[in-house]
Amino acid sequence: MKTTGYHFQQKHILGIHHLSPDDIAFILRTADSFKEISTRTIKKVPTLRGRTIVNLFFEPSTRTRLSFEIAAKRMSADTFNVTASTSSATKGETLIDTARNIAAMKPDIIILRHSFSGAPELLTRYIDAAVINAGDGTHEHPSQSLLDMMTVQEHKGRLAGLKIAIIGDILHSRVAHSNILGFTRMGARVFVYGPATLIPRDLAELGATVCASLAEAVTEADVVMTLRIQKERQSDPLLPSLREYAQKYGVTRKVMDWARPDAIVMHPGPINRGVELMADVADGPRSVILDQVTNGVAVRMALLYLVMGNS
Amino acid sequence: MTTSWLFENGRIIDPRRGIDRPGSLLIVDGVIAAEGTAVPSEARRIDAAGCWLVPGLIDMHVHLREPGQEYKEDVVSGTRAAAAGGFTGVACMPNTRPVNDCRAVTVQILERARQGYARVYPVGAISKGSRGEQLAEYGEMKDAGVVAVSDDGVPVLDSQLMRRALEYAGDHHLAVISHSEEVALSRHGVMNEGLTATRMGLMGIPTAAEAIMVYREIALAEYTGRPVHVAHVSTAMATELIRSAKARGVRVTAETAPHYFTLTEEAVQGYNTNAKMNPPLRTEADRQAIRQGLADGTFDAIATDHAPHSQLEKEVEFDLAANGIIGLETAVPLTLALVREGVIGPGRFVELLSVNPARILGVPGGTLSPDSSADLTVINPELAFVYTRESVVSKSKNSPFLGWNLQGRAVMTMVAGRQTFTLNR
Ligand SMILES: [Zn+2]
Repeated sequence: MKTTGYHFQQKHILGIHHLSPDDIAFILRTADSFKEISTRTIKKVPTLRGRTIVNLFFEPSTRTRLSFEIAAKRMSADTFNVTASTSSATKGETLIDTARNIAAMKPDIIILRHSFSGAPELLTRYIDAAVINAGDGTHEHPSQSLLDMMTVQEHKGRLAGLKIAIIGDILHSRVAHSNILGFTRMGARVFVYGPATLIPRDLAELGATVCASLAEAVTEADVVMTLRIQKERQSDPLLPSLREYAQKYGVTRKVMDWARPDAIVMHPGPINRGVELMADVADGPRSVILDQVTNGVAVRMALLYLVMGNS
Repeated sequence: MTTSWLFENGRIIDPRRGIDRPGSLLIVDGVIAAEGTAVPSEARRIDAAGCWLVPGLIDMHVHLREPGQEYKEDVVSGTRAAAAGGFTGVACMPNTRPVNDCRAVTVQILERARQGYARVYPVGAISKGSRGEQLAEYGEMKDAGVVAVSDDGVPVLDSQLMRRALEYAGDHHLAVISHSEEVALSRHGVMNEGLTATRMGLMGIPTAAEAIMVYREIALAEYTGRPVHVAHVSTAMATELIRSAKARGVRVTAETAPHYFTLTEEAVQGYNTNAKMNPPLRTEADRQAIRQGLADGTFDAIATDHAPHSQLEKEVEFDLAANGIIGLETAVPLTLALVREGVIGPGRFVELLSVNPARILGVPGGTLSPDSSADLTVINPELAFVYTRESVVSKSKNSPFLGWNLQGRAVMTMVAGRQTFTLNR
């Protein structure tokens, strides 16, 4: 677990954008070494004993919160969950006020989930604790992207040179944004496809190839990642119906036939089975969706460990 | 108080009379004196060596926040900031609480302006409450002192109402100022649509949102034959629409703001809420187009869209932050940068910041001709300074230029021969 002359220097984990390829590789190696802990009978190491970690969630999320909480507990940290409703937080002062109140109790790490992009960065200006972004608006979801990269690396033995197809609502997906940054930074090629209404302008400049068809995106892909499609937004006519979405953009077994024979299927969850991903694919032999969940704990243990090493 | 002054060894720039020459300027009893007038013994002599003597600057687009939001700004603090920035007159937009859509509010603003530091030209609402439904009472507001109408802050969505506003405002000799925004396209956005927005996970406002509405105003002006003024142009697309409309004789005038020819969407990086405004900062290509439009006469005026907001509205998540920045105290140095970079000359500087705003609004000023009121701005174009939070005169400090090294500023501002600002050094 050594790279000559390399030191992990991030105080916060705000986004993949802030991580160098060396940082990402180092986090993945660290996560690998922590993964074994979760297979022990006594799944606990004393690494973060006496450390206080606050899960500050302004947006409902069972999976991510639970994954962070398990990660923290496996490292013997004291964890506290604060769930604040964003609806009452229509004034941003609520975020800063809440954060200042929590900061006064001297936590070591604040894990923040928030529905507005940039909220974790805002937090770092007002508090001393390390901040880990657990998903902010449509900006980034770095721990999800890291666990995705870890999962792909486990199955493919590498990231460089792979073809990664990301299908669906790119516009509103922080997972897609982080993954485009992360996979391209590690030398993979990212191909995206979805309805034009859900593909942001200038996406190509982020380093992804925007495809004209589902076939173009998936053909010869090593990884096919589908994204959760949101129900239509009332005030913005993005899609005519989920029924049509499933027909034209959904990933079926037939679609997977275009991919490489050893291609894997991923989804950040929760899945709309039968919409963006058909049940037989989601639960089929190529699906690594549960590996993603397992690796999530290891990646989050690594992040907690590494930011503590730099405080 | 002294109202007689002799400014010696300055550079007099008065484009309306075709003047740009070294000289001295005599003010007697608050009025510009004719050349050759004897200097009164009580006249104060000021050495203006190295300084420009220009007609008092007029900012035709500011938000003074009074009545209703005096914690952000009020008429007195806003005009004090104006004077410190070299302005002798400001046109204040009607989106106050309540909206300035009637005589009572106009009178209240003008009453307060008597304690102010600059001439205040209230702009009345186009529609009652700026709700975009019915015309406001232009005749009565005109009698009370408004110089123009606008629903600024929001566009007039109903094209028929806008057409009627142009027609009816013409009867009352009021300029109509358009906040041009197709809200259906901009509603979800908080910054310019494009790569930076995608990177930051922020929803975008397309340039087409501005261009579509600018074109509607041009079409209505062309059809009715009435003039229209387009506020705060931010895009290359709208600049080109205005250029071609002017070329075929449409009575359209337009302003842009210093931030649009100085900054790009990059300024939003780090979720900087002091770079959040509407319309938003655009791309480098847009910025260059705006500069071209300033150089070639597409734009008639530079106005600041001075929009004070307190920390409460700005120290929040980017999505929740209020739109707008203060601008009165940075307009002169930022526009002087255009002069130094050769985009515009000193004469054009004065046209954009004084002559044309006076003409469009139909208010006095914009010249130093003899017998006109001594509204004067003395500018040291070389003076370098750091724009610090502590130095801000406005009640609010929401500027993206804090910490910038700026060059050139007003060193004295004068309204009718009365000093409204002098730089302490
Ligand atoms: Zn406006």
